[in-house]
Amino acid sequence: MEYLLQIQNIVKKFANHVALDDISINVPNGQIFGLLGPNGAGKTTLIRIINQITGPDSGTVLFDGKQLNPNHISDIGYLPEERGLYKKMKVGEQALYLAQLKGMTKSEAKTKLEYWFKKFEIEGWWNKKVEELSKGMQQKIQFIITVLHEPKLLILDEPFSGFDPINTNLIKQEILELKEKGATIIFSTHNMSSVEEICDYIALINQSKKILDGPINEVRDAYSSNLFEVQFKGNMIAFTNALWTGHELMEQREEGGINKVKIKRITKHTTNDLLGAIIPHVEVISINEIIPSMNDIFIDKVNEINQPEPIKVNE
Amino acid sequence: MTVFGPILMAILLLGVFWLGMKESNERFVLVIDENQGVLGELQDSDGITYDYQDLSFEDAQRLFLASSYTDILYVSPNITTVDAARLLFKKQPSATVLSTIEWRLEEKVEELKLLQRDISKSDFYKIKTSISIKPAKFTQKGEQMEIIEEASAVGFVFGLLIYMFIFMYGVQVMRGVIEEKSNRIVEVIISSVKPFELMIGKIIGVGLVSFTQFILWVFLTIILFSGLQYALFSDMFEAGNVMSQMQMTPEMMQDMAPHMDLAQESGNPDNLINKIPWGNALTMFAFYFLGGYLLYSALFAAVGAAVDSETDTQQFMLPITMPLIFAYMISIFIVQNPDGPAAFWFSIIPFTSPIVMMVRFLASGEGGVPLWEIGLSIALLIVGFIFTTWLAGKIYRTGILMYGKKVSYKELWKWLSYKG
Repeated sequence: MEYLLQIQNIVKKFANHVALDDISINVPNGQIFGLLGPNGAGKTTLIRIINQITGPDSGTVLFDGKQLNPNHISDIGYLPEERGLYKKMKVGEQALYLAQLKGMTKSEAKTKLEYWFKKFEIEGWWNKKVEELSKGMQQKIQFIITVLHEPKLLILDEPFSGFDPINTNLIKQEILELKEKGATIIFSTHNMSSVEEICDYIALINQSKKILDGPINEVRDAYSSNLFEVQFKGNMIAFTNALWTGHELMEQREEGGINKVKIKRITKHTTNDLLGAIIPHVEVISINEIIPSMNDIFIDKVNEINQPEPIKVNE
Repeated sequence: MTVFGPILMAILLLGVFWLGMKESNERFVLVIDENQGVLGELQDSDGITYDYQDLSFEDAQRLFLASSYTDILYVSPNITTVDAARLLFKKQPSATVLSTIEWRLEEKVEELKLLQRDISKSDFYKIKTSISIKPAKFTQKGEQMEIIEEASAVGFVFGLLIYMFIFMYGVQVMRGVIEEKSNRIVEVIISSVKPFELMIGKIIGVGLVSFTQFILWVFLTIILFSGLQYALFSDMFEAGNVMSQMQMTPEMMQDMAPHMDLAQESGNPDNLINKIPWGNALTMFAFYFLGGYLLYSALFAAVGAAVDSETDTQQFMLPITMPLIFAYMISIFIVQNPDGPAAFWFSIIPFTSPIVMMVRFLASGEGGVPLWEIGLSIALLIVGFIFTTWLAGKIYRTGILMYGKKVSYKELWKWLSYKG
């Protein structure tokens, strides 16, 4: 596996607290990487280090195998959490300016911008002042500006905040498309459920420390709760009797003649074994594994480490 | 603003000009003279008409408000010993009116005193002396050109312009920084360029704007003013004398009153233009204008970076505005004493030198300020703005990414020690 970005033992201290405590993360090439953690965990500081806005106190960052340096600026696109543009400037002018800051030539930037404006059906906005646009519209412009120079690495900090569901979907599609084209994407958010479906890899950060990372499926498996929900018609007692000793009944209720039970698998059995055991006795309507959400995993993991001190809010 | 500024300026100047022309000195003064005519009647002049009535001061006061008199001048019987008289007015007389009346009365009282002492008028005027000292600096090159008060006035105006422009454009830099910070675009930009580059870029950009705008202002104001003046007041214009009054606001006139007297004494405006070393003066002006701007705008940028909105700037503005205002104020004294210790020190210290050295250079005449002092002042100003830029860069770097925190001086001090 080739890594586009290797973050090694990064430490960053501010006057009165440690923002990043010995963080190491590897971001694989061409994947969507979720950087998850509650507010104030240190995500933004880490992103600023990757963007070379600030430097770490110790540790190294390798980009494409080389020490991160100012030449990499044009390989990175960054959409900060707090977004903003020059309000009095015209949309097109501003996009051209910001694209040139990333090292594009004017004509190149113009061609690309026309493509994106067409794609988002916003050609009419070119000569509008930013302040004339709604917040959602401004965010779209900013998204375009971020991806315009086709960076190898795209860093999106809370990309969906402020978008309505339709635009969220639109942006999601764009992100997946960029991934298809080979971009690596770091997705930073505190809203863990929002990215589960599109991330390939994740890292969880809490209170300046990395507490978990890896491919999202492996993480889920490792933290799988072995809980299943079974819905069936039939006798509850017969169902309980049919359950193997390998399963434990956690919860039960009845709704309109349908029993809904939650069971926990204790031993190493497959779902087929379970089905084989109960099908002769009751009529199974559905069976679902209750997959832990990233949120649950996060809470689990935090409890496991059990750090009693309250979460500090980063400034 | 670029075009509007000069128009406004020209209109303001013309307004002052027009009001000056319109100002009426028409007074109708009732004189109550209790000296039984020994004093003689005051001579009407400059729109002031004196009228003598045989009334008591009390009666005159009773009738005054209903009468057409504008003032009552009361001359007591002991005028020759107390040298004082009283004037009651309906509308405040201007200083010119007052001094005209005083002068007329003095004339009469003097005549009376001469008569009492049996001195002839011609003898008196022969004896009466008014000495004027013409100072000239003596250096190794011999006697230097006399100190020119017109030049002081020009120096003062240059100093004022530097003060104004440092303020205007410094605040513009600060606003720009606050704008970028508060609409958060700064984070996008500094992921492409270094914070220091962004700050320097802003300072240089606004600096170039200021220079362009300044040159435009000067030319447009001159063209508009003289054009309008010619169109509207061409007849009065020929009467002369108005020009010198109109170039200055009334406040400035007061500040410079002593010089104006001398200036008028020493000749016409043509002389003024010839006597000022324009080449050196303009070079110095350009340098101190830019040097002062660079020094202060870096500090303004730092303030902009430290706060979240313009309303929070107050506490940090004070230490920046104080030396500026101080330099401007002290230059009023330096015009009068351009070689004193205050003039020396404040024209060397970078925070005041842009204004003070400008004033001093012109006020002390050619060769008045030793070359080494000018050199030191320039060198220190360069060192000064490199220092403030470096300092501001450190504050700026941390400040622009710091939101929602009330920043104190202690906090700023801490920022200086942060590593990149």
